[in-house]
Amino acid sequence: MTRHYSALSLLREGLNGQRGWQPAWQDADPKPRYDAIVIGGGGHGLATAYYLAKNHGITNVALIERGWIGGGNTGRNTTIIRSNYFFPETAAFFEFALKLYEDLSRELNYNIMFSQRGMWMLGHDRHGMEMLRRSANAMRLNGIDAELHNEAGVRAEIPGLNDSPRFPILGGLNQPRGGSARHDAVAWGYARAASALGVDIIQNCEVQGFLIEDGHVRGVETSRGTIRSECVGMAVAGHSTVVAEKAGVRLPISSYALQAFVSEPVKPCLDTVLLSPATGTYLSQSDKGELVIGAGLDLYLSYAQRGNLPWMERAAAGVIELFPAFSRMRFLRQWAGICDVVHDSTPIIGATDLGGFYVNCGWGTGGFKAIPAGGWCLAHAMATGASHPLASAFSLDRFRTGALIDEASASGIAH
Amino acid sequence: MLLITCPHCGPRAEIEFRCGGEGHIARPGPHDAVSDAEWADYLFYRTNPKGEHRERWLHSAGCGQWFNVARDTMTHQISAVYPMGETLPEASPAKEAAR
Ligand SMILES: Cc1cc2nc3c(=O)[nH]c(=O)nc-3n(C[C@H](O)[C@H](O)[C@H](O)COP(=O)(O)OP(=O)(O)OC[C@H]3O[C@@H](n4cnc5c(N)ncnc54)[C@H](O)[C@@H]3O)c2cc1C
Ligand SMILES: [Zn+2]
Repeated sequence: MTRHYSALSLLREGLNGQRGWQPAWQDADPKPRYDAIVIGGGGHGLATAYYLAKNHGITNVALIERGWIGGGNTGRNTTIIRSNYFFPETAAFFEFALKLYEDLSRELNYNIMFSQRGMWMLGHDRHGMEMLRRSANAMRLNGIDAELHNEAGVRAEIPGLNDSPRFPILGGLNQPRGGSARHDAVAWGYARAASALGVDIIQNCEVQGFLIEDGHVRGVETSRGTIRSECVGMAVAGHSTVVAEKAGVRLPISSYALQAFVSEPVKPCLDTVLLSPATGTYLSQSDKGELVIGAGLDLYLSYAQRGNLPWMERAAAGVIELFPAFSRMRFLRQWAGICDVVHDSTPIIGATDLGGFYVNCGWGTGGFKAIPAGGWCLAHAMATGASHPLASAFSLDRFRTGALIDEASASGIAH
Repeated sequence: MLLITCPHCGPRAEIEFRCGGEGHIARPGPHDAVSDAEWADYLFYRTNPKGEHRERWLHSAGCGQWFNVARDTMTHQISAVYPMGETLPEASPAKEAAR
């Protein structure tokens, strides 16, 4: 039976007719009691379960997923990874995530196809350029790689840009270590590694309520029965308010749909990730050859995972404005995910007023890049009862004390 | 795409409008008697239901008027449109459904 992935095991299984592979993870049935329960089988939940086992030796863990693992936003995003934030707290956190990503394929023995192809942000007017210069300086002060380029520099690195665009390209900010990874592989890799350490991965199991005694959580009610634990962590992205409400915990979150789409696959033509705030565009090319294009958040609350046409049209117009050559390409498919948006565009990680109940939420449109650090810090909070130093500023209490970390205005994050 | 019936201009496409978020929110007061938690609630906490939601919309590319809407956040079905300063009409389907 082959578990470890290596050149040798590939060769052996190749000669063997590929009959010796084991399932990547065990699909478990719920037990009555666990040392810890993680709700939500997206990247953050799976990473939490893995680090509970790996970093803290807590292996009697249930990971409970309503549908199938990776079927939420983790399997729906445009896979961009970067750490170009402004404030020291957020920069340190997302840089920690990026560093974990750099080693993740080796650590999990699973190829997440992390490709550090660079992440460019374009400046289209004087104010845009000033923002980029400010961002570049902030990033360098925070010890993060950043390059500021003029128009010629951008055009030398990114072929095919419009020669006479309506929004002139004055320059760009590149984070060379930014890039993208295969999103499903991140979920599957964590699931496989967590399962190997003894975590029960329970799919098709919806958390419908909480057992609470004396202000402390004692377990969850699910569509597959009662599961007890004194320690429950939640990472359910767009459904954070809905699930937390069942535990009597109110969160300062609003849910909006964010959509993306891919084109038909073409030969390699774009070898970096590109963001253009002025034209409302972000895109990259997948290893399959599809252009992966993201649109903006819907402007009204939504739990409908489908997005809308006006935003799709706007994003497409932005892409064509930047790359006229793409105008004849066809869309292959379109989808949306539900994002949990908070006022300062900074996540919430840590304890709640309900004893033993911890949350990881508020990622808005940008939590894929955070998965390793989000899981690391939620696991730390669940295992120790204390906030991890990297996440201590991301408390729920900041909305009351006013210690917001306003990345929405500082680094122009859309959510 | 939503089709929204502005009470003043009739049915128009979603792109003519701007959503102003949850409706019927009252500012707490008197200001020096309001706790930090209450201010936080007023500023940052919103209802976020998976289902019927009351919200304000602005017909920004039309008459420029604000009005209230009852909309389902899962189906996007609009069950009532009613003027600012009024509560959800008794006869609206949303009210019926809430019974
Ligand atoms: C179109 C789009 C593009 C994006 N692009 C990027 C990007 O380029 N870069 C980036 O960094 N981020 C991006 N994001 C954001 C990113 O995808 C999310 O922030 C991230 O995936 C959140 O991970 P998660 O594990 O918290 O949530 P999810 O992956 O959504 O997992 C949550 C899980 O909880 C489960 N769940 C919900 N309710 C229950 C319940 N009651 N019981 C049990 N399970 C439940 C769900 O089924 C789901 O599987 C994008 C998002 C979208 C939608
Ligand atoms: Zn009108």
